[in-house]
Amino acid sequence: MTTPPAVRVLEHELLLYRRVWRGSIVSSFLSPVLFLAAMGVGLGNYVSQNSGSVGGATGGAAAALGGVSYLVFIAPGLLASTAMQAAAGESTFPIMGGIVWVRSFHGMLTTPIRVLDVLLGKVAYIALRLTLVCSVFFGVMLLFGATHGFQAIFAVPGAVLTGLAFTTPIVAFSATQKDTNGFNALFRFGVIPLFLFSGTFFPIAQLPVFLQPLAVVTPLWHGVDLCRTLALGTADAAGVLIHVAYLGTLTAVGLILAHRAFRRRLER
Amino acid sequence: MADPSTPPVIRARALTKRFGALTAVDAIDFDVAPGESFGFLGPNGAGKTSAMRMIACVSPISGGELSVLGMDPRADGPRIRARLGVAPQQDTLDMELTVSENLAIYGRYFDLPRSVIRERVTELLDFVQLSERARDQVESLSGGMKRRLTIARSLINEPDLLLLDEPTTGLDPQARHLLWDRLYRLKQKGVTTVLTTHYMDEAEQLCDRLVVMDKAKIVAEGSPRRLIEQHSSREVLEMRFPVGVQETLDGSLEGFGDRVERLPDRVLIYTDDGDAAASAAHERGLRPEMILVRRSSLEDVFLRLTGRSLVD
Repeated sequence: MTTPPAVRVLEHELLLYRRVWRGSIVSSFLSPVLFLAAMGVGLGNYVSQNSGSVGGATGGAAAALGGVSYLVFIAPGLLASTAMQAAAGESTFPIMGGIVWVRSFHGMLTTPIRVLDVLLGKVAYIALRLTLVCSVFFGVMLLFGATHGFQAIFAVPGAVLTGLAFTTPIVAFSATQKDTNGFNALFRFGVIPLFLFSGTFFPIAQLPVFLQPLAVVTPLWHGVDLCRTLALGTADAAGVLIHVAYLGTLTAVGLILAHRAFRRRLER
Repeated sequence: MADPSTPPVIRARALTKRFGALTAVDAIDFDVAPGESFGFLGPNGAGKTSAMRMIACVSPISGGELSVLGMDPRADGPRIRARLGVAPQQDTLDMELTVSENLAIYGRYFDLPRSVIRERVTELLDFVQLSERARDQVESLSGGMKRRLTIARSLINEPDLLLLDEPTTGLDPQARHLLWDRLYRLKQKGVTTVLTTHYMDEAEQLCDRLVVMDKAKIVAEGSPRRLIEQHSSREVLEMRFPVGVQETLDGSLEGFGDRVERLPDRVLIYTDDGDAAASAAHERGLRPEMILVRRSSLEDVFLRLTGRSLVD
């Protein structure tokens, strides 16, 4: 009854998390409350008024949103975006910490733990964190009445997968960095533009025609569309399959790259 | 010397480590016998840490052969590491965790059952005199306490081979002596130990046998006593002259003892009788500011072998 080495690494991460879980849950709760209140309810009412009918399917804006209120439209998009941001946060500074600052990865590697175990344990921890963040987010969606039927719960695993598709490539990137300058660039030129232009706040059909193909290849658009179609019950098998395959492939490729980067950095 | 009938704990032949164009360890040979306390002595950059990291199976070898506990690090890294205790040069403690949590999670890396870990944590904290700090965050510990915790941590799996990379660098004398005492007790228990140091006194205190490394190579090997006998004299006369005087002493320093070594700040006379050399110097009219007769140390050996003194 040996514990797999990667699970022992996960135990370490959970031991650290035990110190901060209260604050972490509170911020996981507050962030969707603020976003859904400001964007979903505040901006949403404005959008609906200008479309001529509150929450109806007759106005121009409402039609573009697929016949649902703006709140219901953006909630699953925000869920996917939140997963991306949580993933980016967990995949940058904590990786730098393990390699450079606290050097906890080096400590693990003087035991039977291998480089791959460190990576898998760390990714497993991030997957758990994402599950927690997305579940809390979904709870807030329920409180706001931002769901449209019980099938909306399927948006949660969709969002976790979206987060993972960002996690492993960003972990790979972080493991190549000497300092945090690269992280600033990643957030400024990667995470924030994706957040704004991947269909979270408005359908990508609203983008200039030449930008639409670009939006369609970004991982966040796949995540947003996956979560939204699952949440609204408009998903079809082919669409879900394409999104899941895309995000799954990205996760797997990221994992291979991250393993390579970890070995290069930790096995010198 | 090791009993030839027992296989060595570590066997290295032409062991080499390269980082790109830099050769950090250049084809070194050595054996470490069971129960032995073996040291790598040398200045910073000599290749000691690189050698240690290869033995610890965290750094792949670039060339030559290495066997640790009878196994090949390339094939059996995790199995070897399961039986090693490693105290790296740079602490890898979790600052946010408590002292006992640091030990416990490290025990989990070895997949030790929690009941065993609980027992050993209590014992080890007592051994390194940190029991009172068990519940404190590591961040609040002094440098010496962190070092002791790192050593306690390396013992959690009751290792067959203990690797200590500069165990006392940066510690004050009191902390260093406490650590030496603990390491001496481990040695008495028969734990095979390999350590690196650039402190001569540490090597003399802790090592049965050592190799002196310089510029990636081994330049001498033996017990501290034997190295001193071979490469130095019994005693050393140290003289410090007023500024500017040493340069004028060309002829008058010759013919003392076995050998004269001029350092920037003092002159060393190697001799079997320091007091006799001191009187002879006085008779020649030498008037140093400071005069001292001391026993020869590994520092002198190192100076002899490399022409440089060991400095941090």
